[in-house]
Amino acid sequence: MYAAEFDYHKASSVAEAIQMLGQYPDAKLLAGGHSLLPMLKMRLANPTALIDIGGISELKGITVNDGTVTIGALTTHQEIAASQDIQNACMVVAEAAEGIGDPQVRNRGTIGGNVVHSDPASDWPTVLTALNARFVIQGPGGITHRATRTVNASDFFKGLFETDLKENEVLTAIEVPRLNSNQLAEYAKMAHPASFYAVVGASVVITVENDRCTAASIAVGGMVPNPIRASSVESALVGQQLNAESVRAAADLVANDLSGSLMGDFYASADYRKAMAAVETRHALMHAIGLAHH
Amino acid sequence: MAKIPISMTINGKVHQAEVDPRLLLVHFIREDVGLTGTKIGCDTSQCGACVVMMNGSTVKSCTCLAVQADGADIMTIEGLATDGNLHPIQEAFWDNHGLQCGYCTAGMIMTSVELLQRNPHPTSDQVRAGLEGNLCRCTGYQNIVKSVLAAAEKMGG
Ligand SMILES: Cc1cc2nc3c(=O)[nH]c(=O)nc-3n(C[C@H](O)[C@H](O)[C@H](O)COP(=O)(O)OP(=O)(O)OC[C@H]3O[C@@H](n4cnc5c(N)ncnc54)[C@H](O)[C@@H]3O)c2cc1C
Ligand code: FES
Ligand code: FES
Repeated sequence: MYAAEFDYHKASSVAEAIQMLGQYPDAKLLAGGHSLLPMLKMRLANPTALIDIGGISELKGITVNDGTVTIGALTTHQEIAASQDIQNACMVVAEAAEGIGDPQVRNRGTIGGNVVHSDPASDWPTVLTALNARFVIQGPGGITHRATRTVNASDFFKGLFETDLKENEVLTAIEVPRLNSNQLAEYAKMAHPASFYAVVGASVVITVENDRCTAASIAVGGMVPNPIRASSVESALVGQQLNAESVRAAADLVANDLSGSLMGDFYASADYRKAMAAVETRHALMHAIGLAHH
Repeated sequence: MAKIPISMTINGKVHQAEVDPRLLLVHFIREDVGLTGTKIGCDTSQCGACVVMMNGSTVKSCTCLAVQADGADIMTIEGLATDGNLHPIQEAFWDNHGLQCGYCTAGMIMTSVELLQRNPHPTSDQVRAGLEGNLCRCTGYQNIVKSVLAAAEKMGG
């Protein structure tokens, strides 16, 4: 299968990529290509030019400091899964990366491309929403926005395949707040058996003090255009002692947070996904508190 | 659309060409270079028939542009044997009936090379997980898993 014709430009720095985006209207950035190339081949997208950012080293790599894990936008899922630093600082991030697609998808696909593509079935948007990640964006600057800005997950994911990224901007990095020793985090998904994309995904971060939950951040994705925070579940957990009963009761409330139009397809209807959202939320919570194992 | 000059090493040999930006790596390998061991199954990054090694890690070459491989070191199934001797993984597939029609085999073997590099002592579950991106319509997978485990043993795993 061939894509429609396009021009190809290779950018060697973020500044050059931004300049090229301004120079070539209707151009698209190319990172790992594992969302974009299938779209081009199916002719669901027809950019006039691709700007390859795949060789820009300033966009790659992982750094961990006291409070934050910073992941370059061009870091592959495989690099994240294999990173000892990430495994030590934020295991849930390494595990989520390991659960994506298959080895070849993980070798080529990047975290930045994944979140900018913002597929409702992707894993990173849900995981990074629960973790309250921040998205570092660089652009040409202008009247309405600065050249460099940082956006919270809740503002970054805007809708179906839609993010806060403006024209001519590049996502440069993702900052994940490090978990404290009293915080537990897990991601559970019902994976599509062919692609491993999330039919339903639930990501939880809970804070536990003296045996009680003092804070909870829970995101659900898969059947909604972009991940939602499950505030009913969060408030039901806070103040509770965490055990199988309290977790189940709280997880069942996720239906309250899933009002409005939910998405389904021939593989899994919207109603089924809604029911599974409670199951996956419960799984994630049970894993987090050590009452279930992978 | 402007053609782009590219140069890459495939199985130790440098290949240079001017290509259309939309040319897929798998088509460059099969049609321009003439190495047809790499197959096209689904053409949609699902089946793994097109897996090759690029700079030491596996890629589905149907989901990579030839221009993205400019400067890369590529190895295909044709580059695996040395001096006419099959690679231990190739031998293990032969010995254990790891193939029937053979269409998936090049991709299975290239993926297995990386799998055993990353994990020289895999369990059969780990082999199955490692071959997640490779589909076989014939064997039912049992003998493929057996082949990879046998290769691991033979390679000193
Ligand atoms: C068979 C298969 C199975 C998969 N399974 C899963 C799965 O289980 N879970 C999952 O989450 N994903 C899955 N994916 C998607 C995969 O993770 C993709 O790699 C990812 O969604 C896109 O990353 P990329 O680097 O390939 O981006 P590309 O395809 O190169 O780009 C995607 C989009 O992002 C833009 N973009 C890329 N980088 C930047 C940047 N730094 N700044 C601004 N814009 C940018 C591009 O212009 C494009 O619009 C699967 C893909 C395939 C083919
Ligand atoms: S032909 Fe490339 S994955 Fe099927
Ligand atoms: S041997 Fe026929 S597809 Fe695998």
